[in-house]
Amino acid sequence: MKFNKKTFEIIFFARAGQGAKSIAESLAQAAVSEGKFVHAFSFYGPQRSGAPTKAYVKISNDPIRNHEPITDPDVVVVLDDTLVTSEDVGRNITEHESVIVNTRKNEEEIRRSINNFKGNIKAIDANGIALDTVGIIQPNGVILGKLIGVTEIVKLESVIDQFRKIFEKKIGEELTKKNILAIEKGYDSL
Amino acid sequence: MIPNTKYKIQNTKKVALTGGAASAEALRQINPFVMPVYPITPQTPIIESFAKICADGKADTEIITVESEHSAISAAVGSQAAGVRTVTATSSQGLALMNEILYIASGMRLPIVMLISARALSAPLNIHGDHSDVMGARDTGWIQLFSENVQEVYDNTIIGTRLAEKSELPIMVVMDGFTTSHNVENLELLPDEDVKNFVGEYKNENALLDVEKPVTYGPVALSNSYFEFKLDQEDAMGKVAKNCQEVMKKFKEISERKYDLIEEYEMKDAQAVIVVMGATAGTAKDAVDNLRKEGKKVGLLKIKLFRPFPYESVAKALKNIKSIAVMDRAISSGSMPALYSEINNTLRMESLNDAKVNSYIYGLGGRDVFIKDIEGIFEELLGEKFDKKVKYVK
Repeated sequence: MKFNKKTFEIIFFARAGQGAKSIAESLAQAAVSEGKFVHAFSFYGPQRSGAPTKAYVKISNDPIRNHEPITDPDVVVVLDDTLVTSEDVGRNITEHESVIVNTRKNEEEIRRSINNFKGNIKAIDANGIALDTVGIIQPNGVILGKLIGVTEIVKLESVIDQFRKIFEKKIGEELTKKNILAIEKGYDSL
Repeated sequence: MIPNTKYKIQNTKKVALTGGAASAEALRQINPFVMPVYPITPQTPIIESFAKICADGKADTEIITVESEHSAISAAVGSQAAGVRTVTATSSQGLALMNEILYIASGMRLPIVMLISARALSAPLNIHGDHSDVMGARDTGWIQLFSENVQEVYDNTIIGTRLAEKSELPIMVVMDGFTTSHNVENLELLPDEDVKNFVGEYKNENALLDVEKPVTYGPVALSNSYFEFKLDQEDAMGKVAKNCQEVMKKFKEISERKYDLIEEYEMKDAQAVIVVMGATAGTAKDAVDNLRKEGKKVGLLKIKLFRPFPYESVAKALKNIKSIAVMDRAISSGSMPALYSEINNTLRMESLNDAKVNSYIYGLGGRDVFIKDIEGIFEELLGEKFDKKVKYVK
């Protein structure tokens, strides 16, 4: 992580339908609830289910003024491991920074598939954990928990509060509980 | 993980919303009577958010889902002339399709508020942000107010409503498509009561539906009177800048946020200045700070009110500046770009003939613009690299 930078920057690589935008928003709102400043936006192209998509989140203690896209992230999150080779997920990730990948492969295997990669790989089987916890392959909650565990950029409680606030009305109490459990499992995973 | 800084969070109501949702939140507080609207990307978050607000019973605006933008603005003309506060929202081809009715709205002096999520024009088809649509409507007799960020979108929606009604002219409140309309940013919302009191109740003294006092809208005016109608309209436009300053001053009383027709950033001892509108102003401020840290005397002039163009304020701000770069986010095909032309008009009108001005076109069809691009423009100014031709930030 670049401690000299004023703004902490995250890029999410996902396939449309995996819920990257939802977790980007939950994370941003959690940061806001802690009094921080955010920008959160998604890449908008031809949006069909399964197409590669990106979401960006910037978090800072100061107001964020610039509207440039993120090119030098502090952490990268990949929700589908087939994107590791098709997208430039390791760009500007240095030795103290991480790429978090939803995968059943091991970290070394992922590392070898990224050219000139110097950073860390944090692999997590978010699909598997989601299937066990929520009952569907929706990796976003698990990987959001993992992201908080790796970076501690916001408090886990803030994320859970915001997730509940945003989604309880939409998906109901039971599914919200399961998703929160998924976030916690992602957070606690090694 | 984030280093501590001196900024202290104030103890006020703070939220984070997209630009679209922020303008809808302002509309909820204003609670206009009618909103005829037709969906088009990237204006969609505005109407999605506001339609939800109405469906939830938090505003009782009559939303009319029409069959085209031409119909949306036509219905807005009818409703506003009938005597009630009316708003609409659009982008790109939608604004282009409205074009003939835009002149009718301003010619009838109807203070319609239109939110615009500015976007490129076809062909080729592109849904992303630039200012081509708004620039195409710059001479339609509408006031045009640009927003740098989500906070300004919210504030300008409130300021714009008051300004339009005070000036008896329609207004476009402009945000950059996607960059601002779809970006979640922090902002501070005002209490509902303060906004309601600020905009007040709308009264049209010449309401078409007032049967006690019959009036005519849009009659035939031939060569013996059309000219005078247009001069009256221009007279009203001439009062907008002063009205705008008054409204903004009043707005400061309820918000503690100080606005003017233009914003000067690090201009005091600046040798090289960039002039820009909209979301890129924020990016340019970071570029200014970076170069100031290196001891380079650079500054930024942000234009908020583009129509009517605030020549006087701009002239005052640029009086001692010898190196200027103007950044336009639209091509004026076959001529120099719009903002560049206005800056040159200003300098000529005030006989500020020593200044050298470069023209840059950037961000067409959503092309990203980075801090380093803007630093590059400043370096060209400081290196005395002037050119008569338009330069392109690609």
